[in-house]
Order: sequence, then structure tokens, then C-alpha cells
Amino acid sequence: MDESLSFFLSIAPTLLAAVPVTLTLTFFSALIGNSLAVPVAVASLSPNPLLRYPSAFYIFVMRGTPLLAQTYLIYYGLGELLPGTWVQKSFLWPYLRDGFWYAIFAFSLNTAGYTGEILRGAIMAVPKGEIEAARAYGFSKGLIFWRVTLPRAIQICLPTMTGETILLLKATSLASLITVWEVMGTARQIQKVTFRVYEPLIAAGLLYIIMVFVLTRLMIIVERRINRHRLAPV
Amino acid sequence: MDQASLFSLLSFGPDGWGMRFVEGLVVTVEVSVSAYAVSLILGLIGASAKLSSSKIARGIADVYTTLVRALPELLLLLLIYFSGADAIKFVLSLISEDFEDFEVDPFAAAVAALGFIGGAYMTEVMRGAILSIPNGQIEAAKASGMSRFLTLRRVILPQMLRYALPGMGNLWLSATKDSSLISVLGNTQDLLFMGYRASAVTKHYGFFYSVAAILFLAITVISMIVIRLLEARLNRGYK
Amino acid sequence: MDTTLKVEDLHKRFGAVEVLKGVSLEARTGDVIAMIGSSGSGKSTLLRCINLLEIPNSGRVTVNGELIRMKPLPDGTAKPEDMKQVERIRSKLAMVFQSFNLWSHRTILENVIEAPIHVLGVPRKEAIERAEALLAKVGIAEKRNFYPNHLSGGQQQRAAIARALAMEPSVLLFDEPTSALDPELVGEVLQVMRKLAEEGRTMLVVTHEMGFARDVASEIVFLHKGQIEEKGAPREVLSAPKSERLKQFLSSTRH
Repeated sequence: MDESLSFFLSIAPTLLAAVPVTLTLTFFSALIGNSLAVPVAVASLSPNPLLRYPSAFYIFVMRGTPLLAQTYLIYYGLGELLPGTWVQKSFLWPYLRDGFWYAIFAFSLNTAGYTGEILRGAIMAVPKGEIEAARAYGFSKGLIFWRVTLPRAIQICLPTMTGETILLLKATSLASLITVWEVMGTARQIQKVTFRVYEPLIAAGLLYIIMVFVLTRLMIIVERRINRHRLAPV
Repeated sequence: MDQASLFSLLSFGPDGWGMRFVEGLVVTVEVSVSAYAVSLILGLIGASAKLSSSKIARGIADVYTTLVRALPELLLLLLIYFSGADAIKFVLSLISEDFEDFEVDPFAAAVAALGFIGGAYMTEVMRGAILSIPNGQIEAAKASGMSRFLTLRRVILPQMLRYALPGMGNLWLSATKDSSLISVLGNTQDLLFMGYRASAVTKHYGFFYSVAAILFLAITVISMIVIRLLEARLNRGYK
Repeated sequence: MDTTLKVEDLHKRFGAVEVLKGVSLEARTGDVIAMIGSSGSGKSTLLRCINLLEIPNSGRVTVNGELIRMKPLPDGTAKPEDMKQVERIRSKLAMVFQSFNLWSHRTILENVIEAPIHVLGVPRKEAIERAEALLAKVGIAEKRNFYPNHLSGGQQQRAAIARALAMEPSVLLFDEPTSALDPELVGEVLQVMRKLAEEGRTMLVVTHEMGFARDVASEIVFLHKGQIEEKGAPREVLSAPKSERLKQFLSSTRH
């Protein structure tokens, strides 16, 4: 047991150093993915079939295929397309070879699909009267969307989004399969180097539990703040 | 390479990958079905534990669902896979004693791991479904002298299915997608593994991963149709 | 006096049902017109056609001498020629709804300053000053930082009236403002409306409150099946109704 403990302590710094990578992956994928979800949701509710069908199809594909397949497709598929084009000569190229950016790209697109569907439902759940009031006061369509519909929809779907963000944090572990050394990838690296099977995984598991716990707390605080109109008056 | 020859790579002949992808599809469905079956059993046990009066049972079930929901599926899969024979024997011994001499193979390890993960989510779905059965009906069963088991079999289970079906349907869709994770275990012959293998050999990564993705999409489409039919059937007499 | 609002020969169909069959109406500055009628008579639809929440099939609406330009469509409906014009005119016709329709994600104060800032372009500081005065006027100044869900129905409706006043509208449109309220909360809202009438505000009020109509309105309009059946000064209309239907309606509403 002592020996195991000292082993845990010996790998802790390496694993902890990977925590920021996992958190960065989560943060940027959530940021980009949730932003993309807005046009996806709006298009899926558009009366114009040229917007509605592509958006519905996009949501369907993102939710209907495994994230790992999407990640491989983007990493290897784009990796196959890009070399030999102008991109290779551009200053971005050193970044574009890095699995990290492909992971963010893949996770963002996937998040846009899932959140897009959630947001679509939330937009439909915004009370019609509140939108009508805005119309009656001379709001333009765009103003209604940014000032009333979107903020109300975000409030409505916030609890679901909290759950989705936790799922995203866990899903970033798939980045380890395209050579990104976040927590999961680092744990597997340690496995290979030390020939220890369980300890690196268990240590990584503990880190995920802590990250999930902290993120959940954070999201609850954000949720309380944004949904303070539902709480009792102070 | 032009498109015609790309598609010739998918032929069903000895040089094409067509047949291998069909095999991969079959393996993926087999793994998903088996893992789903395990998760149904674990879900039923977990839901009963969560609703039981025993503090210990509730505690164990809570730890189970909390852990699974906090840990990445990939990590759980590897953990259970590597812990190999012991873990599987343990899980199987929960089900029945007939499995004492069970030979462990990667397929079974993958199924156990995916089933274990799905079971935690299934626990929540079933717990919610049982709770939404009107209490009066369970009391009525008690009042008419039905035993606990009979009440479970004749009153709770049939109705629970109706409440649980949407959640169970989603979990099935997750199970088919999560099954793709087993491709990281090595020689698993599942759909995503075939995509990996075919693209590595031919260097047509985009094409073969797209093929794998489309086949996953086909599983989803067919599943959704079946789920919708089941829902329509189960909701007879309620709408 | 000037004509603030003029409605001419308004028609509205929902599918095969004709809800408004050619309604004309005129409000001069300072008029308080009470529109009464049984449910389904078209009185709410008329109000909603005036600010184009419902698009009338035909007819003309003129606000402050400006005609809302409409374009007839081949299928018998119509649509506004210029949404910018509609939005500008809507901002002059502030509406108070039956179910308040306050924006629940914003505080009471934020509700009142929202449209002045974003539609009229009033500077924030000025909008807040005005909003605070209006909230004091309707008697809920101390609730400025509350969210709508934390207020009683009567308080919410008074906040909604403050929101409408903040637009400095030419006409206030009230769509059954007390119908969703518990009986004991009706009085506080009617009191505010009475005060507004005394100030000389131009108001169009769809209501079931006969007492309010009798005491406050300068004109009562009785709608029946999409047409104006009878109109006139409150005393005449209520005490000496000419039409058989109005007599029936009045006897059914008197308790």
C-alpha cells in the first residue's frame, strides 16, 4: 500500500500538468460549439427550407454518429486533405498539424449539434406573450431575438446545458486517441512507461471526479445567477 | 484516385472492404445489444436498490451512478477491460453463479464495461419511471392481495416500460454510439475499427471514416424507427 | 381636437371565419374609448389589428395622420409594405396585455427602460429617471429591482402600464387588462387607469368592467359578431340601449 501511495505521488505532477489541457479543450469546445449552436438552432426553426433542412440534417448527423468517428474523420480526413495545399505553406501550418486543434474542431462541431437541438427546444418554449409584447413595442425582428428570445431560451435550457458541459468535459478524453496529452492521454502514456495498469487510470479517474465536481459547482453558481428571477426575492 | 475507384474499394469481392464493413456492422450491433442487455439488468437492480429501504443498498447504488457519471466512458472502459477476468467474473457473479468458469475474451470485457456504464444511466431512467407510476395502483395491487413479486411483474414492470421507453430509447442510441469506443482496445473488428483499418491500409482516411459514420447513421435511423413503433404500441389506450 | 387614431373599414379573417366585418373607429386626443362585447365579438382582434399584431385582410389604420401602408396579397390577405414604418408606429401605440407579458428575465425597472432605450434610443440615464417616476406614479417604486415573477398580478399589471407609459405613446391600448387578475387586485389597476384618463391620455380599452366603462370612458363601442352594433356616450349606451343585442349583453353582465 505504501508503495502504491508513493507511486501515486510520483505520477501526480505529470498528471496534474495535463489538467489545464483538459480544461482548455473543454472551455474552447464549449465556447465555440455553443456559439455555433445559435445559428444552428435559428436555422432549424426557419420557415425557409434551404436553412431548415440542412440544419436539421446537421443536428441529426452530429447526434446520430459516434463522437469518436467524427473525431477520427476530422483528424485523419482533414489531415489527408490539407498537405500539399496552400495551407501547408501558411503560417498556421505548425498549429494545423497538432491534434489539439482538430480535437477542438471536432468537439465544437459536435457540441453545436447537441446544443443546437437543445436550444431549438428552448426557443420554442419561450412564452409567446413576451415575444408579442416586444413586437407591440416596436422591436425589430433582430432586436426581439437578441433582447428577448435568446436570453429567455438560454435561461430555459441552462440546466440541460450544465449536464451537457459535464458530458463534454468527459468526452475530451477522446482527444487522447489523436495524440493530445490531456489527462486521459497522459495516464495512458504513464501506463506504457511504467508498466502499471491500474494506478495511472485510477489517478486520472480521481482527477476527472474532482474536475466534474468543481465544474458542476461552478455551473450551479452561474445558473443561480442567470436564473435569479426564479428564486425567491431577496 | 477518382470516385469510381474509391467505390470499388468498397466492393464485396476479395479486394474490396465491403464485406469487412458488413462484418463490422454485425459486431457493433452484437456488442451494443449485449451491452444493452447487461445495462437493463444492472439498471433494474440499481433502480430497485435506489428505491429500497436499505441504506446500504441505496448507498452502493448512489456511488455506482455518481462514479459512472463523473468518469469518462473511455477511462471506465479501459479500467474494466484491463482489470479483465476479475471484474467480469464479479459482474457476472452478480447475475448468476453459472458463470464461474467463464472464459474471458475481449468481446465479453467490452460488453461488461459498456453494460456497466449504461447500467448507471439505466438506473436513473428506471428509477424515474417507477416513481411516475401512480402510487394508488401499487396500493390497489397490495390491497387485492398480490405478493410483492406479483405486483412487480404484473403492475410495475408493464407500466414502467411505458414511462421508461423514451429514456431507454435514448440509452440504446447511446449504446450503439458508445460501442465505437471498443475500437481502441485493439483487434475488435467492430465498425469503427474497420474504418480505422481500411483507411490505414488504403490511406483514404476521409472516405472510409465517412463510410463508417454513414453505417452508424443507418443504425441510428433504423433504431429510431423501431423505437417510434414501440412507443406507439405501448401508448395504446393512453392517448 | 385632432384625430389621433383612425380605423376605417377593417376586415379580418381567420381561415373561413370572418372575425371583423368592416369596423371603423375614430379616437381624438384625450378620448377614452371602451370596447365591450361578449367573447368572440372581435374586440380583442380589433385592438390587435390596430398595432398589426394581427394583420388585417383589408382596411386602413391611420395614426397621428400617418397611414400604415399595406400591400394586398393575391390570396386575399395583406402585408405591411414597410416593417420599419410598422415598428415606428407600434412604438406610438403602447399595449397593455391581459396576461401582462412582462419580460420575465428582466427586473421591473429593466422592463420599463428596455423599449425606450432600444427602440426609441433614449439615453440610459434619462430612461431610468423617467422609469422611476413612472413606477412611483403607478405605486410600485419600491419594486423596481424585483423580477416580475415576484410580484402579484396587480403589481405586474401596474408595472406593465408603466412600461407602456415609458414609450410616451400617442394611444394606450388595453387588452382586457383586469381579466387575468384575482378580484381583489382589479381595483388597484383600474385606479391607475382612471388616473391616466383624467390626465387626458388617449386610451382604447377592451374591458368587461362596466363600472369603469360608465365612469371613465368618453365613448362606449359595443361590438357584436365583428361589427359595431352600437356606440355613443356611456350614459346613453348603458342606460338606454337601442339594440336588442346590447340589451341582452348588458342584462347578462349585470350581477
